[in-house]
Amino acid sequence: MALLEVRDLSVVFRRKGEEPTIAVDGISFDVEPGQTVGLVGESGCGKSVTSLAIMGLLPSRGVDVSGSVSFEGTELLHLSQRRLDERRGRDLGMVFQDPLSSLNPVVPIGVQIAEVLQRHRELSRKQARSEAAELLNRVGIPDPARRLDEYPHQLSGGMRQRALIAIALACRPRLLIADEPTTALDVTIQAQILNLLTELVADTDTALIMITHDLGVVAGLCDEVNVMYGGRIVERAERHALFTAPRHPYTNGLLESIPRLDAPRGERLVPIRGSVVDNIPWADGCAFAPRCPNAIEPCWSVTPALVADDGRMLRCHNPVEVPVTAGEGVR
Amino acid sequence: MTDDVLVTVDDIKVHFPIKRGVLLDRTVGHVYAVDGVSLQVRRGETYGLVGESGCGKTTLGRALLRLVEPTGGSVVFDGTDVSTLKGEDLRRMRRRMQMVFQDPMSSLDPRQSVESLLVEGMRAHGLDKGKQATHQRLKELLAAVGLPESALRKYPHEFSGGQRQRIGIARALAVEPDLIVADEPVSALDVSVQAQVLNLLEELQDEFGLTYLVVAHDLAVVRHISDRIGVMYLGSLVEEAGSDELYERPMHPYTKALLSAIPVPDPEVEDTREQILLTGDLPSPANPPSGCRFHTRCPWRQPARCDTERPPLREVGSGHRVACHYAEEILAGTITPHEVEPELAQS
Repeated sequence: MALLEVRDLSVVFRRKGEEPTIAVDGISFDVEPGQTVGLVGESGCGKSVTSLAIMGLLPSRGVDVSGSVSFEGTELLHLSQRRLDERRGRDLGMVFQDPLSSLNPVVPIGVQIAEVLQRHRELSRKQARSEAAELLNRVGIPDPARRLDEYPHQLSGGMRQRALIAIALACRPRLLIADEPTTALDVTIQAQILNLLTELVADTDTALIMITHDLGVVAGLCDEVNVMYGGRIVERAERHALFTAPRHPYTNGLLESIPRLDAPRGERLVPIRGSVVDNIPWADGCAFAPRCPNAIEPCWSVTPALVADDGRMLRCHNPVEVPVTAGEGVR
Repeated sequence: MTDDVLVTVDDIKVHFPIKRGVLLDRTVGHVYAVDGVSLQVRRGETYGLVGESGCGKTTLGRALLRLVEPTGGSVVFDGTDVSTLKGEDLRRMRRRMQMVFQDPMSSLDPRQSVESLLVEGMRAHGLDKGKQATHQRLKELLAAVGLPESALRKYPHEFSGGQRQRIGIARALAVEPDLIVADEPVSALDVSVQAQVLNLLEELQDEFGLTYLVVAHDLAVVRHISDRIGVMYLGSLVEEAGSDELYERPMHPYTKALLSAIPVPDPEVEDTREQILLTGDLPSPANPPSGCRFHTRCPWRQPARCDTERPPLREVGSGHRVACHYAEEILAGTITPHEVEPELAQS
C-alpha cells in the first residue's frame, strides 16, 4: 500500500451568481514512502489547490472537495477537525512559497518551532526549546541558540525558508508537501534550500511532494513527475523518461519554450501559442487542444483519458513521436 | 558598425541616503545600490545585466535613463552626456531611450485604453502627425508586437499577462527609441508565454535595429537573448564577457557559483554536475564588506588581499573583464576552493 493514495480528487469553487470553477478535476496519484513526487504546471493548473486539499486547508464554505485522499489507510477528507489537527504537523508537514506570510510575525522563531514539538511530541517547554535549537542547526542556520529569540523579519528570505522547513520537519513527518519552496528565493539560495531538502528527506526517509512550475528543479529532484494542465494530470513518468522523451505536446512545449543554460545560443525558442485560460472545459474534447500543435479531429470532441503507455501515463490522442535517434530507438 | 558605442557608463554611483529622525532628518548612512560601474553598450547589441535581488541591477538600469539621479559618474548616450541634461533637453533625449517594466499590470494605467496609452508618448514627443498617420502608426505597432487591431479600444485588464507585456513593449516602441531598457521583462510571465515575449524582443530588434539593455535575475533567459553579459554583485560589476564566453569560461567565483546553481531541465545534467554551493546570505548593501565584496562568501578566498583590497574590473581577454585578484590562478586550478563558514547578514 502506498503511503498516500489520491483517488479522483476534485475541487470545485462555487461563488454566488457565477459559474463554478473546477480547479482540480479528478486527479489520482500515489506517493510511496521515501519517494519524491513532482507536480508541475503553470499558474492555474491546480497544483497548489491539490496540495491544500490533501492537507485539508481549503475553506469548508464555497468549496466542494470530492474523491479520496488516503494516508496510511486513513481517509483524510472525512477526518474530523480534531483528528486532522493531530495528523497535520506530525505525520504531514508543509512548506509554503512565501515564508514571511506563513510565519507569525509577532512570535519569535524559537517559540514557533517549539509550539509544534510541545503539541505533537509532548515535550516540556525546556526540552522543546533545546530541540528547536537542534532543528535550526540541522537546517543550517548559524548560531541557532541566538536565532531562537529572533522574529521572522530579522531573518533573510533564505533563513526564513529554513526556519519553515525546520517547523515542517520538527516531528519527522512521513510526508512533506513543499509548494514552490524556492520560487521567492534567489538562485544561489535556491540551490542551498534544494540541497537541504534532498538531504533531509533522504536522511529521514520522508516522502516529498514537490510542487513547482520550474522544470529545472524537478529534473534534479523528483523520482516521478506529474505534469498538470487545466486541473488534470496530462502526463506522468519517471523523470529521466519524461525529460528525454516527453510525449504529451504540453510537456514537450514547456521544455522547448524555456531557455536552457546549456543549449547552444542563437536557437530560437518554440513557444506554446495562446495562454492559460480559466476554467478549461475538459467536457468536450481536450483542454489543451486550442494551444496544441498536434491537435487532430478527435481532440475537439472526445475527452482523452489518462492511459498507460510504455511505462508512463499519458492523456493525449496524438502524442509526440518518440525520437528514433534516442538510445533505445530499436523498439 | 557593431563597434559603434551607443551608451558609455563611466563610474556611475547611486547611493540612497538612510534617514533617521523626524525633525532633524539626519542621514545616518547610505545604501550603496550602485557603487562605481563602468560599461559600454554597442549599437544594435543586447547587453544583459544579471545578479541576485539587491545587487543593484534595476537601479543601474534606471540610473541610465535618469529615472533615479546618479550620485556620481556619467552616462554618455550617443555622444551626449545625459547626466548633465536638464528640462527640455532631457525630455527630448528620453524619446530615444525607453523602458519596459517587469510588471505589466502596474506599469499600464488601468483607466487608459490601449490607444490612449500608445498615443500619449507619441503626442508628448510630437510624433502625432494627423489622425490618419497616427492611426497607421498604431496599426503598425500592434502588428509588430502581435496584437489584433481590436486591442486599441480595450483596457489593460482585458488582456492576459503576456499580452499586457506586449502592450508595454508597443508603448516603448511608439516613440521610435534607439535604446530599450527592459527590466525583468519576462519574470512575471508563465514559462510558455515567456518564450513568446523573448522571441518578440528578438524579432523587434532585427526589424528596428534596436539596442537593448536587459536586466534580469534569470541567467538562462539573459544568456538566451544577450550578446554580452555583465554580472553584478552588491552594486558593482564582477564580470563581463560575451554570452558564450561567460558560460564556457566563467572566471569570477561568483559567476561560477551562479552558473552552477541554476537548475537545468535535464536529469542527466542535474545528476552529474558539480555544484558550487555558496554559504550564507547576500550582505547588506548598506554595509558592504571591505575589500572584495564577495570575499565573505567566496570559496576561493585568499588571506590578506581579498578582504582589504577591492579588485578593479580588469581586462583578461578580448572583451572579457573580471574583478577578482586571483581569476587566472582559479582558472588554472592553482588555487582550490575551500569550505566557508556561513556568516549572517546583519540588517
